[in-house]
Amino acid sequence: MKVLDRKLLRDIRRLWAQSLAIAAVLACGVMIMVMSYGTQRSLAETRATYYERSRFGDVFSSAARAPNTLLPEIAAIEGVSRVEARISQMVLIDIESMVEPAMAQLLSLPATGAPLMNIPGLVRGRLPEAGREGEVLVNETFALAHGFLPGDSFHVTLNGQKRKVTITGTALSPEFIYTIGPGSLMPDDRRFAILWMAEDVLAAAFDLSGAFNSISLNITRGTEIEPVKDALERLLKPYGGTGPYGRDQQISNAFLDGELEQLEVMKDIIPPIFLVISAFLVNMVLGRLIALEREQIGLLKALGYGEWEIAWHYIKLAMGIGLIGVALGWGVGLYLGRAMAELYAEFFHFPYLVFVQYPSTYFLSALAGLAAAVAGAAAAVRRVVALRPAVAMSPPAPTRFRKGVLDRLVRVLHPRQPTMMILRAIGRWPVRAALTMLGIATSAAMMVAAMFMFDAMDELMDVSFVQITRQDAVLSLAFARPETVLEDVLNLPGVLAAEGSWNLAARLYHGHRTRTISVEGRRAGETLARVFDADSGIEMNPEHGIVLARRLAAHLDARVGDVIEVEFLQVSDERHKVVVSGLVSQFFGLGAYMDRETMAGLVRQRPQVNGANVLIDEAQEAALYAAVKHAPVAAGITLLGQVRAAFDETIAENAGMTTTINTLIAALIAIGVVYNSARIQLSERARELASLRILGFTRGEVSYILLGELFILTVVAIPVGWVIGYGLAASMVAAFDSDLYAIPLVVTRETYTRAALVVAGASLISALIVRRRIDRMDLVAVMKTRE
Amino acid sequence: MAGTPDTIVFRTEGITKVYHTGTIDVHALRGVNAEVHAGEFTVLLGASGSGKSTFLNILGGLDSATGGRAWFKSQELTAMSERGLTRYRRDHVGFVFQFYNLVPSLTARENVALVTEISRDPMPPEEALERVGLGHRLDHFPAEMSGGEQQRVAIARAIAKRPEVLLCDEPTGALDSKTGVQVLEALDRVNEDLGTTIVVITHNAGIRRMAHRVIHFVDGDISEVIVNDTRIEPAEIVW
Repeated sequence: MKVLDRKLLRDIRRLWAQSLAIAAVLACGVMIMVMSYGTQRSLAETRATYYERSRFGDVFSSAARAPNTLLPEIAAIEGVSRVEARISQMVLIDIESMVEPAMAQLLSLPATGAPLMNIPGLVRGRLPEAGREGEVLVNETFALAHGFLPGDSFHVTLNGQKRKVTITGTALSPEFIYTIGPGSLMPDDRRFAILWMAEDVLAAAFDLSGAFNSISLNITRGTEIEPVKDALERLLKPYGGTGPYGRDQQISNAFLDGELEQLEVMKDIIPPIFLVISAFLVNMVLGRLIALEREQIGLLKALGYGEWEIAWHYIKLAMGIGLIGVALGWGVGLYLGRAMAELYAEFFHFPYLVFVQYPSTYFLSALAGLAAAVAGAAAAVRRVVALRPAVAMSPPAPTRFRKGVLDRLVRVLHPRQPTMMILRAIGRWPVRAALTMLGIATSAAMMVAAMFMFDAMDELMDVSFVQITRQDAVLSLAFARPETVLEDVLNLPGVLAAEGSWNLAARLYHGHRTRTISVEGRRAGETLARVFDADSGIEMNPEHGIVLARRLAAHLDARVGDVIEVEFLQVSDERHKVVVSGLVSQFFGLGAYMDRETMAGLVRQRPQVNGANVLIDEAQEAALYAAVKHAPVAAGITLLGQVRAAFDETIAENAGMTTTINTLIAALIAIGVVYNSARIQLSERARELASLRILGFTRGEVSYILLGELFILTVVAIPVGWVIGYGLAASMVAAFDSDLYAIPLVVTRETYTRAALVVAGASLISALIVRRRIDRMDLVAVMKTRE
Repeated sequence: MAGTPDTIVFRTEGITKVYHTGTIDVHALRGVNAEVHAGEFTVLLGASGSGKSTFLNILGGLDSATGGRAWFKSQELTAMSERGLTRYRRDHVGFVFQFYNLVPSLTARENVALVTEISRDPMPPEEALERVGLGHRLDHFPAEMSGGEQQRVAIARAIAKRPEVLLCDEPTGALDSKTGVQVLEALDRVNEDLGTTIVVITHNAGIRRMAHRVIHFVDGDISEVIVNDTRIEPAEIVW
């Protein structure tokens, strides 16, 4: 080994604490790159494999009742490689161990046995057999939630008739990787099931013999999807088609898309922050090391070492630190990436996990890590290389201090000399002070950006469950009825109030932009489910025209006062011109609201309802549930209290872990920056501080001079960190925005306080470690050192 | 000026050096013309600030001149690039400094190896250390050695590459008389055994009596050059 390399190793060993502090920050960046990329790629790969093997559809549509004779025509659409029609119905189910009714999406299995498309993968048991009325296949997670095994049974209400069914097996389906019931925000496996029954049984029960109401298509690779959707829509139009959609609007897939996108954002936004901070730390530490080794560098030059050899020596030192960080990051990232992917696979009910590792991830993260270290080293090394040997070997000129702006500012305060020393040091190296401050601020910012998610969720819950949704439950009706049906609902036991809602599938057009959604017809004076603008807190009722969710309006590029066209898909292909009368900010979905009378006029029908929002007398809950289980009108009931509980539970599960990790990461950054700054200051000013000690200053007073600067920088950094954190939160809100949901940009005082406490705590710990060094300083030895 | 005699190692013509510090210019050298002869032990004498260190640094390729020209044998130092000067230092010159300038994280042997690893025809580090009487201190770190021992490691490091010239800036300046004599004896031996040309800067007028030639610096220029007919041994020097 070359002697210079031996020096390198000894330098790293001597600087181990500082090297480790830098390496840890660098490791965080590398780790998050490896982890989120590994998780993201593994999930994407798992999903792709699963979709491929289970022949997940490319285009989906539902209809009111379309004849099977239409199928050859659909199969003949250019680019369509596979078609499967089926019957799909929302039904109520009654489980003995549960007081309240649950809901299920019931799907038909073809007479030939297993479906050709969206194939449910059997986990246990067997498929129901054709013609056997009482047999059902259930989704695995529902079975697990209730402890059901093949052979167990429960009741299903088929078109008003309650029937006992027996489980033949359990399965996982590519259509329900994220199993979310109507009106829910989070999967609730106890109260929402997927059931498969033989086609002939369902056709008889729902009067759909020789017909279907749901269809899936596969298209050949390279086929444009839009023409296929258009052709399918034309064919289904006469049969109450609701407008075909692709995978992007298939609920389960869309949720997965959102999740994968979040991982993508995490991978792109966060690691660069860590890499920049580590570059800064390397610069700081190496800059000081080089300043200390100025004479040695001059000597190496005198001995005949070339500029490049000397530069390379210090770059290798930076790379050594970088390598430690990369190795740490790889190890932890690989481990966490796998753990995360497994968690995701479980949460999303994948039947298996394809855990993929790309060498390129490791290569790129190492490259980024080393590049950050070398970039940090570059400026310091450049300075040294430029020195002439004779200049390098003579001690550097004393730093020139000047009376600056700060002096004038604080003169009125008559600070003591130590305070003046602190202020002059900040004034003398303003860039360094600013960078140190920014480094500490980043730590606070990371904390704010991470913790704001919980604030956002709280706000989201508050707006959704307290301000908008005042009803206790939503009762969905099997089909649209005249409004008089609400009287029947009111007559159910325990129902205190009932208001109707009428949802119609519709396509909105504005210019060349279109969007298929559901329009809700509302009646003035209804107060249970409100149309509420989350930004202004103002309730908005669509007395005329149409009120749109802001995100929907953005899709359509529509503003208040614009005229858009509405086509009610299941009614006719007539397009009605409607004025956009208002916009509301909403966190979930793409809502559109009209007055119920107006809507009825457009479709030339009397006002109807297909859902009821109800207030419930808690004392009579059990009686209500029992009644609903038997009521022929009800297709399902969503209990908002339980929706909220499921949501809160999911958030709580994640909160502990996430908070710990984020606090650790923020503390690592703060410690990395503060500890290194303090060590460097100590080394630069050891002589000065020792002189003060000899002059009779106490250890505390001397520590104050050294650590006071960091204290001031930390105090300034915290509010700066809040601002940066808010900015990061805003960019995350923008990145996470999707059709399904949006996150409100809310940061509470608690989050700001927590960020400040973590940063201040980490700074204090770093300062105390350095303080111990000041206390142990050997005055004589320090004074003897030739500076 | 062509046809430099073989016996002349360094030759300078009107070397000037101006340092700009703040608002004032310091004229460290004011047109120095000098010659250093091969195989000689030359002493540069002069008060602090007389320009002798600057002159030595320019001869060693550590610093550049503001004006004038300087040659090492037939090569013009003042015309060399930074790369050329690095090459020149690596191949031809050994340095010894007042404060030893050892790398603290390397042992005696390793400090010498720092040079032998990049030289064309070095002696083994052990031999170099043996020559300065430190064969028994090979694996000690600088912090574990006395000042005289450290300076002798520095000399070993300087001679290990078998340089043609050895430039020493106050090699005994930080030492007491006993260790100072040991260091001078080491230099003298190098001069005699290896025939290395040695240039030494000193404040100690006693040392001039062991030189072949003494160059006096006053105020940035040479005031006189004295050739000693008889030299004394280092041990005879009165400190």
